Amino acid sequence: MFKHITHTTIYVADQDEALDFYVGKLGMVVHTDADMDVMRFLTVTLPDDDSLELMLLLPGPPLHDEATAEQVRELIAKGGAGGGVIFETDDCVGTYERLRDQGVEFTQEPTERFYGTDCALRDPFGNPLRFTERPAT
Amino acid sequence: MSQATEDRNRRMLRARDTIDRSFAAPLDVAALARVAHVSPAHFARQFRAVFGETPHRYLQRRRIERAMELLRDTDRPVTDVCLDVGFASLGTFSRTFSAVVGESPSAYRERTQATRAPQYVPACLEKTLRRPVGAPASSGAPRA
Repeated sequence: MFKHITHTTIYVADQDEALDFYVGKLGMVVHTDADMDVMRFLTVTLPDDDSLELMLLLPGPPLHDEATAEQVRELIAKGGAGGGVIFETDDCVGTYERLRDQGVEFTQEPTERFYGTDCALRDPFGNPLRFTERPAT
Repeated sequence: MSQATEDRNRRMLRARDTIDRSFAAPLDVAALARVAHVSPAHFARQFRAVFGETPHRYLQRRRIERAMELLRDTDRPVTDVCLDVGFASLGTFSRTFSAVVGESPSAYRERTQATRAPQYVPACLEKTLRRPVGAPASSGAPRA
């Protein structure tokens, strides 16, 4: 029926700050940055895999009225907006150390689980992110 | 108003993340209040306003969640699980566990260990994938 997932969204409180983080720190690349008059359509992908675009959406018109946008921003800030991304990496500990040294806010240090080694962080706005290194087989 | 609420929520989330990371340590309200940039006197009230429960209750639920995993997925004795997740007394642990989960730690272990395989994946995968990491027999074996 469906072939694959091409886009997913995450709400951010500031798109420029989001670029600093998702591109500047996490190493993603801008796929589309379009001024659509009513909104800035901004997506990023992984450098070696553009099959999934992550849309960095700003709460507000035309998606939300201002009162709703305010509620969404407040939810993002308390980690309850519902968005989130899990990445796969070949080197969980090395990636963790590199990002930690850049001041990224981690909520879980690399931990071995039955599905691999993973750790967790937040983007600057409060959204939860994780990355996992699969176990060697 | 919204900017202030957003800012407060983000600071409180940072404090809650700190509780999540250091769940086995005693609740250090002064340290958490510093993380959240509020006075210790206001910390619990603001935390509750944002997350709907006190920091103490949040910590207890976090510890019980960790304990549930250890009871379900490892063979560590209940007393060790109690200490691992930050309780100093088995009595408090058992009472808190029963209040949160609705059954005692040993009853929970018995029930979930008896039924856990069908809840997840075929048993042949289950026994491999969910084998506790760091069990003594394999602790020296390289993973990669």
